[in-house]
Amino acid sequence: MKPSAMSKRKLRESSGESAECISQVQKILRERFCHHCAAGRLFGMEQQHRHLLELLRRTTVHGESNSALLIGPRGSGKSALLNHVLKDLREMEQVRENLLEVHLNGLLQTNDSVALKEITRQLQLENVVGDKVFGSFAENLAFLLEALRKGDRSSSCPILFVLDEFDLFVHHKNQTLLYNLFDISQSAQTPVTVIGLTCRQDILELLEKRVKSRFSHRQIYLLNSFDFKQYMKIFKKQLSLPAEFPDESFAQKWNKNVQLLSEDRAVQGVLQSLFQHSKDLRSLHSLLMLACSAVTVHHPLPTAADLQEAGRQHSTDSKANIVHGLSVLEICLIIAMKHLNEVYDGEPFNFQMVYNEFQKFIQRKAHSMYNFEKPVVMKAFEHLLQLELVQPLERPSARAQREFLLLRLLLDSSQIMDALQVYPNCPTDVKQWAASSLSWL
Amino acid sequence: MNTRQQSKLIYSWYGKPLASDRKLRTSQYKGIVITSESSKTETCIQLGDFILVEGMNADQPYVAQLMHLYEDGAQHKRAVVQWFCRLEEIPQNKRRLLKREIPAQEVFFDQVLCYDTDIAAETIIKTVMVLPLHLGEELPIITLNKEQTFYVRQSWDGKCFKVLSPDTFSKLEEANKKRGVITNSSKAFTPSDILTPVKKETESVARSATKPKDADMEIESKHSTSKSSLAKERHSQRVANNDIKTPTARKKLELNSPTRSKAKLLGCEVLGLLDDDCDAIAPLEPSAPKRKVKFTGEILGSPPKIPCSNAKSKPTCETAEHHQKCSDTTRLSPYTKVKDFSGKDRNLDEEDNILLPLVGFQKASSQTPVLTPRSRRTCAQKTSALIAEQISMLDQEDFSSDSDSSYSSSSEEEEDDDDDDNVPCTPEKKTKSSKAFSTPKSSRKSAVHTPAKTPKKTGTPRTPRNATPEIPRRVQAAQEPASVLEEARLRLHVSAIPESLPCREEEFQDIYNFVESKLIDGTGGCMYISGVPGTGKTATVHEVIRCLQQAAENEELPPFQCVEINGMKLTDPHQAYVQILEFLTGQKVTATHAAVLLAKLFSTPGPKRKTTVLIVDELDLLWTRKQNVMYNLFDWPTQKHSKLIILAIANTMDLPERIMMNRVASRLGLTRMSFQPYTYKQLQQIVSSRLKGVKAFEEDAVQLVSRKVAALSGDARRCLDICRRATEICELARQKRAPEIVRMAHVTEAIDEMFSSPYVNAIRNASLHEQIFLKAVLAEFRRAGVEEATVQQVWGTFVTVTPVIWITGWFYGF
Repeated sequence: MKPSAMSKRKLRESSGESAECISQVQKILRERFCHHCAAGRLFGMEQQHRHLLELLRRTTVHGESNSALLIGPRGSGKSALLNHVLKDLREMEQVRENLLEVHLNGLLQTNDSVALKEITRQLQLENVVGDKVFGSFAENLAFLLEALRKGDRSSSCPILFVLDEFDLFVHHKNQTLLYNLFDISQSAQTPVTVIGLTCRQDILELLEKRVKSRFSHRQIYLLNSFDFKQYMKIFKKQLSLPAEFPDESFAQKWNKNVQLLSEDRAVQGVLQSLFQHSKDLRSLHSLLMLACSAVTVHHPLPTAADLQEAGRQHSTDSKANIVHGLSVLEICLIIAMKHLNEVYDGEPFNFQMVYNEFQKFIQRKAHSMYNFEKPVVMKAFEHLLQLELVQPLERPSARAQREFLLLRLLLDSSQIMDALQVYPNCPTDVKQWAASSLSWL
Repeated sequence: MNTRQQSKLIYSWYGKPLASDRKLRTSQYKGIVITSESSKTETCIQLGDFILVEGMNADQPYVAQLMHLYEDGAQHKRAVVQWFCRLEEIPQNKRRLLKREIPAQEVFFDQVLCYDTDIAAETIIKTVMVLPLHLGEELPIITLNKEQTFYVRQSWDGKCFKVLSPDTFSKLEEANKKRGVITNSSKAFTPSDILTPVKKETESVARSATKPKDADMEIESKHSTSKSSLAKERHSQRVANNDIKTPTARKKLELNSPTRSKAKLLGCEVLGLLDDDCDAIAPLEPSAPKRKVKFTGEILGSPPKIPCSNAKSKPTCETAEHHQKCSDTTRLSPYTKVKDFSGKDRNLDEEDNILLPLVGFQKASSQTPVLTPRSRRTCAQKTSALIAEQISMLDQEDFSSDSDSSYSSSSEEEEDDDDDDNVPCTPEKKTKSSKAFSTPKSSRKSAVHTPAKTPKKTGTPRTPRNATPEIPRRVQAAQEPASVLEEARLRLHVSAIPESLPCREEEFQDIYNFVESKLIDGTGGCMYISGVPGTGKTATVHEVIRCLQQAAENEELPPFQCVEINGMKLTDPHQAYVQILEFLTGQKVTATHAAVLLAKLFSTPGPKRKTTVLIVDELDLLWTRKQNVMYNLFDWPTQKHSKLIILAIANTMDLPERIMMNRVASRLGLTRMSFQPYTYKQLQQIVSSRLKGVKAFEEDAVQLVSRKVAALSGDARRCLDICRRATEICELARQKRAPEIVRMAHVTEAIDEMFSSPYVNAIRNASLHEQIFLKAVLAEFRRAGVEEATVQQVWGTFVTVTPVIWITGWFYGF
């Protein structure tokens, strides 16, 4: 009796303790995976970091004007790099209070007028009342240019312009903002550094020639240039607990488990396929996030199976999932469309054609399928339309009859076949029909 | 304004000629009478009076003192004046020398040599008051005729401000006193410039000149002696030609301003006369038609004979006084005394001025210029004005809300009064527009100052209207370059301005000669400058302007003003007008209004207007569908009096042919220049000239950069940027070793960094599936034979290319 009670209490204690541990682990990992911009670690960009830091340091300390572009695919850590550099910069003694920052985003500042107001607001110039900037576009531009012209290298506070989604600024009228920013950075006015973040490799070709001439052609590329070995290291680092974790023994256990996981064949397979698909660290984060959400008090350490499950979830095709939820009639319609696609080589079709195809099948296999009324079939068809498995070529107008609206199927035939394989209780006739449209002949 | 201009003004002499020269057919007069046909009023202006003269800006007439009136051989009425300049006429950078707040009504005794003092009499608008003050003296309280009263404290000679010499001071006093005496003697008399339609002395009115057609226009000739031989030659020619014709003018001028050098004056004068035959329709005197005098009989009776006799008795000695600078004993008396006297004098004067318009119905209070209760309607305006004045002295910027409210209410009343009595007042439009750009001043009818905007009441920060554009200053001083490489980097920055522009000497000389010749001739012209980006177009033009300004400062060239607009820095092509106008006159108006004002400005002659050099950068962006902006820009220089030189800069050589209509291209003219891209030798020279004295680069390294850049674009900016980047790479590579200079390796690395195509690297670093997809696209292109494919087609190829095991759900998410 007694020992069993003891063990029970022990169990409760340990479980209570580990519950705290687990919640902390989840907190740490969630922060790591979700706030990648703010505090994420940098991998394989030491050189770029040094370059950018040196550039900004010179701007602040010597008042040297510069312009640079950070170019890299989505999720390659452009913003993370910049945030890191700015954080390091702010810690420097001679930089503190000596740098004005202006952050613009191409998605928010959709034209130069808005961008100018935002710049003026962030610089807190004298024509800002409260939080608003008044005056026309022309006035604001003249005012800002005048303000910047008055400064000089040695006495004015340097300004850092960060243009996120730089490629969207290129489409502003005449590229006025870019021209002026680059022009200031190339003339003896207030020291200014313009940093653009973009994921377009061909960004320089989008700039107008006089804007391009004023840009200093300093491009910092972030290309995720690591191989699979480094990828595994990143995986380990991202999953490991830090040394300052309160429960040391648990941290050791956890880290050991991570080490074991990284040596596991199955895990390597999952990671390999992800790596081959995309080198984006964000997709790794979302995979790990799925795996770690399986961690509970009763299941304190993630296993290879968890990762595999996460990989499966992460890689499922959403459209195949939708097909699973369709009725048999709707499946039949999709199969009819698939045959039409094959016969007409991807030409668009309309409802009447699909219905005719479906009727052919029904007439042959009348015993196994109930012959639905046309309006019912129409209803099923409209459901497919709503699910966006089929898409009309043009907007439906009041004049055109719905039966003859041209449509296109958004599913690939292989996707349909895959979905049918796992479709529960699928009639054999339908399966056969799906395999070949000519089987009834 | 147009309607007013259509009313005729007749200028006729007042009294008989004082002296005449038969040979030269010139005769001098003591006064001029301006008769307005529409309103049947006459205004008499006499020697020594202070007058407003039409300027280039209709809202800002020039202030001057009338010195002489004469009729020249061609029977044109001329006047010689002593200018006063307003604050607006003084260059922005010199205003700082004053170190004090300048009220809008303050003017400066003008001793700038280059202004022509001989003007056409028809440009005189009306009389005003100019009161001399000592430097520390507060503005006296004036209430009513604020718009027409000016103060002078200092003189301005184009370089610095000086306190008025006791001589000038006393002379100005004298001029005022004369008026004062007149008004004293005829107690409730009118301002001397308003006369009832009098018949007396009409016999002396020799000829009446109707304004619009007959007017002599004064051509402004601001030529100081030019040191270039060409100009000298011209000058001497002109002098020779005209010497016989106009000796009196010369004599007078010599007398008039003994400080000036003879040669200069001759030049000015003669040129002015030379240009006399090229007439233009002068803008008419704006305010005269508004004057309707409805004075009572008593006032009517008060004869303007006293001033006449006064003037008659004095003229010769007065002029002598003026010219030889001998002053009588009273004027030599101690300063303080004079001051006292002047104070009294002014008071009388003011009283006179203030009360005159009210005289018709409120004579009683005219003797007591003390604070009367505000409730009394008739006095309200004066009181409120007094309060406003006091407050404005306390707080130069704005009024307190309290006074403002009472003030505005009373000013409405005042306006009513004005309308009822037709008191002479400046036209409404005039006051309004002048207010639009003036700093807050304590003038009446200031509708602009709503109480909400006064800082006292609301406590908000300064309104955007008068916000100063400024970036905060840095906390710590910027570090100076410590090492050789840092020094080199600083010099290689595109913004660093070199002492000279190497490799653009020819272009520099061409532009310089063009502008210089136009400046000396006082004419206008256009030049079109083209060249690919980074070939030093703008830099060269700026250098030219800098050199010309230097020359103008040394008085080798006539002074000019330079305006720069950049098509890229405008939000709309029409904003160009706004910026030009704002630079020239300080007004802020809408684009359409600015276009009208500028057209007027450049098409009418102005006596004091300098030549304007207008730099239009990025010309192609001023293109509009109707091309009216370009058309106007290039049309102005062709106008006779424009004195406008345009330097248009753009990238493309054939811009006039490509985008301009024929009529615009034709006005642009054929003076063109194109900047060729730099050759590698030139680039090398540019870099090495910047690095003079700093041993930071290997000779070969510079040459490599120059050759690379010259082969690609010839863009000097690119060349400098690469060199700058190379110093950084060198600095990084150096680490702790001894100081190093930039070698070939560093330069090569920098060039690779800037010029290498990013694509190869990007593809190499793409993920496997991305690479396969690219391959599939290629394969699909090859299969179809067209460089176009739908995703569906590529997908088909992709599936066949990809090993089956790799196909997962991620696949569909491409």
